[in-house]
This record gives sequence, structure tokens and C-alpha cells, in this order.
Amino acid sequence: MPMIEFKNVSKWYDRFQVLTNCTTKVEKGEVVVVCGPSGSGKSTLIKCVNGLEPFQSGELVVNGESVGAKETNLSQLRSKIGMVFQHFELFPHMTVTENLNLAQVNVLGRSVDEATAKSMMLLKRVGMEDHAPKFPGQLSGGQQQRVAIARGLAMDPIAMLFDEPTSALDPEMINEVLDVMVKLAQEGMTMMVVSHEMGFARKVAHRVIFMDRGEIVEDATKDDFFGKPRSERAVQFLSKILHH
Amino acid sequence: MFSGFDFDVIERSLPYLFKEGMTFTLTLTAMAMAGGIVFGTLLAMARLSSIPMFNVPAATYVNLMRSVPLVLVIFWFYFLVPWIGGWIIGAREPIQVGAFWSSVITFTLFEAAYYAEIMRAGIQSIPRGQVSAGQALGLNYWQTMGFVVLPQAFRNMLPVLLTQTIILFQDTSLVYVLSITDFLGAAAKIAQRDGRLVEMYLFVAVVYFIISFSLSYGVKHLQQRIAIIR
Repeated sequence: MPMIEFKNVSKWYDRFQVLTNCTTKVEKGEVVVVCGPSGSGKSTLIKCVNGLEPFQSGELVVNGESVGAKETNLSQLRSKIGMVFQHFELFPHMTVTENLNLAQVNVLGRSVDEATAKSMMLLKRVGMEDHAPKFPGQLSGGQQQRVAIARGLAMDPIAMLFDEPTSALDPEMINEVLDVMVKLAQEGMTMMVVSHEMGFARKVAHRVIFMDRGEIVEDATKDDFFGKPRSERAVQFLSKILHH
Repeated sequence: MFSGFDFDVIERSLPYLFKEGMTFTLTLTAMAMAGGIVFGTLLAMARLSSIPMFNVPAATYVNLMRSVPLVLVIFWFYFLVPWIGGWIIGAREPIQVGAFWSSVITFTLFEAAYYAEIMRAGIQSIPRGQVSAGQALGLNYWQTMGFVVLPQAFRNMLPVLLTQTIILFQDTSLVYVLSITDFLGAAAKIAQRDGRLVEMYLFVAVVYFIISFSLSYGVKHLQQRIAIIR
């Protein structure tokens, strides 16, 4: 059973269709990179996985649960899926540790001590343990994003979603975040990553999904996608972003 | 020029003015502020809800309260609250609420409409992504509100909330229409008794000015201290 499975998922904003019959899947332990021009619906697609974006038709099954179904407990499902945002979205009024502890304590019911131990362990893993008592505003973008990854991991997620995790970062900070993500991928985490970082895709992705105008145009293994893209649109896109 | 005046009357009545009057005014202000902010925040949340069952009544309430003069509301509630209270507990006679509790309820309900608009702006000032981040962690609506949105909204809006409270502090003087001994009421009583209207009303104005002005001065300083680092 795939970890995440899209079956003909479509979504409209009023009459404007943003997703058209999207069908794909992510297996356990698989790293899938979603790319495509801006406005192609890749962020929307990934936000459907944990129900942050509702969709109107089709089916989306995550860990055996149908996301769109009324009987699905969305909060509970979300707590099992980590998400990292483009603009970090750390809670600015809480320290780094409090950011990591919040959902552990209030959603998973861990004790504060238990949560703090877990948080410190994860902060160490992303190289942020020295910054635990600081507030997000005192950190650089790259540091904030590493904390955000640790916050997602603190919930012991079955999969991690990344929505353009490096596109709001200054160039010199991109690598520190990508390094953390590469390590995570190599440890076998199931990941769905919206990104233009083709170097990252080449290194750790198993599959690449290329989207354009709300459609999944290409869904191929990494080697096929980079070696012999089938669609004209993917060829054009690759030539544009790999040009320099 | 002040030879015809007797400023001693102020000194003589200080204990009465402050022990009776100012205590009432400050207690009323504090309770109406606390109640008004809590109820106002709930109103703001209801108003921002996408469910008509919540947002329509909340909007109606806020707009109604903001369109009626406070004096009228004070009058109406003073006479209505005993009847409504009696009706709620099923008593046949209106219940005895008393001037103090009647004013607390009136001011809470009236000021809540204003606090609600402030909190609504505060909630809307929080980036949508913060809510998404809360939800993505598995927090439910109340947890996202309570841990993520409201603490930030409250902090952003604290100066405005306090400014509204200064207005509330001045507005409480309107309870004198119910012959209640608030600070102004106490001064008025002395003024009538001793025929020292100018002295007493001057003194009252100075006291209101000093308190309100120092509070707004404090708010300005607080504003700089509590800003969230982004």
C-alpha cells in the first residue's frame, strides 16, 4: 500500500481549475520531488496531502485514510505528517524549544520533560542545539528552516512534506537546509518535496513529478526525467532552470 | 482671582472621593475591561468564522452596540437586566442586581463590541501561514487560536486595547446618570452639598487628566518593549 496515493484529484477556485485529474503515489521510504513553473499547482498539490487545501473531486489516501472523507480526523492525520513551509512559519512568540514542544505536549500528550528531551535530540541533529533558548526572530533564515524541519520531525511523522523549503532563503543558506534534507532522505524518510533544487533531486530523489497548469505532465524516475524527458514542456522547463 | 473659591473642600473630601468614588470607578473599569476583552475576543472569533450561524449574530451585535449612545445603553440595561435575569432563572419578580453589577454588565457588553473590532484586526494581522503551521502540526481550531493566533494578536493589539481601556475609564463616569457614587458622582455630591461646583469639577477634571495621560504615556513605552521580534 502506498503511503500517499492521489486518484484523479481535481480542485477549483470558483471556476478556475488549479488541479486537473492528478494521479500519482508515494511509496514508503520514497523521496519524490515535485517541480514545475510557478502557478503550476505544485504547492496546492502538496497541501492537499494533509488537508490544508481541500479538493473537490477524486480521492487522496494517506496511510490508508481518505483525506477528503468526512469521517477522517484531519487533526490526527496531520499530526502524523510533518510539513515544512516556504516562509518557515515558526511561532515568533515562542522560543525554539517551545516551538518544538507545543504539538508534542498538546497533541501527542507527551510530558514537557519528555518533549524537551526529544526536541533537544532533534535540534542536535539539525545542528541547532545551541540556539534552543532563542526566539525565531534572532535566527537566520537557514537556521529557522532547520528548526522548522526539527519541529516537523518531533512528531515522529510517517512522512514529511516540504513546500519550497529553500526558495525564501539567501543563496548561502540553501545548502545548510539541503544537507539536513539529504540526511533525512538517506535515513529512509518518506518525503514529498516541492522544489526547484535539481541538485537535490539528482542526489536523493527516487522520482520526479513535473507539473504544468495544474496537471501532472511527467511522473518518472529520476534518471528518466533528467535523461530523457518525454514532454516538450518538461524539456523547456529543464533547459530554463539548468541553463546556468 | 481665586479669592472667592474654597479649595479646602477638596482636601476635606479626599477620603470620600477616593475611598468611595475612585475605588468604584477603578473596579468597574478593571472588571469591564477583563470581561469586555474576553467576550470581545469570542465575538471577534465568531465574526471571522465562515459559518453564518456564528458570524451573522456577532456582526449584528457589534454593529448594534456601536450605533447606540452609551448613556442609552446604561439606562436600558439598568432597567432591563433585573427583568432579564429574573426571566433566565424563571423568577416571577425582577431580581435585585444592584447598581454596581448592573454597571459591570452594561459596560462589559458595550465595550466588548469595541474590543471585538480591535481583536478582529489583531487576528487578521497574523499571517495565514501561522494558522497553516498550527494545523499542520495537528492542533485543532481552539488550540491553534489559543497557542498560536491569539497570543500574537493580543500582543500586537495591546497598545490599542489599553487605549480603549483609557476611554472606558473615562466613560464609566456616565454611571452618574444612575446616581451611582463613582469618582465623578462622589465629587458631584460634595459639590452640591457645599455649593462648590467649580472647585470640585476642576479637581475631577485634573484627576481624570492625570490618570488618563500617564496611562497613555505608559502605553507608548510598553509598545516599544513588547514588540515581537520578526
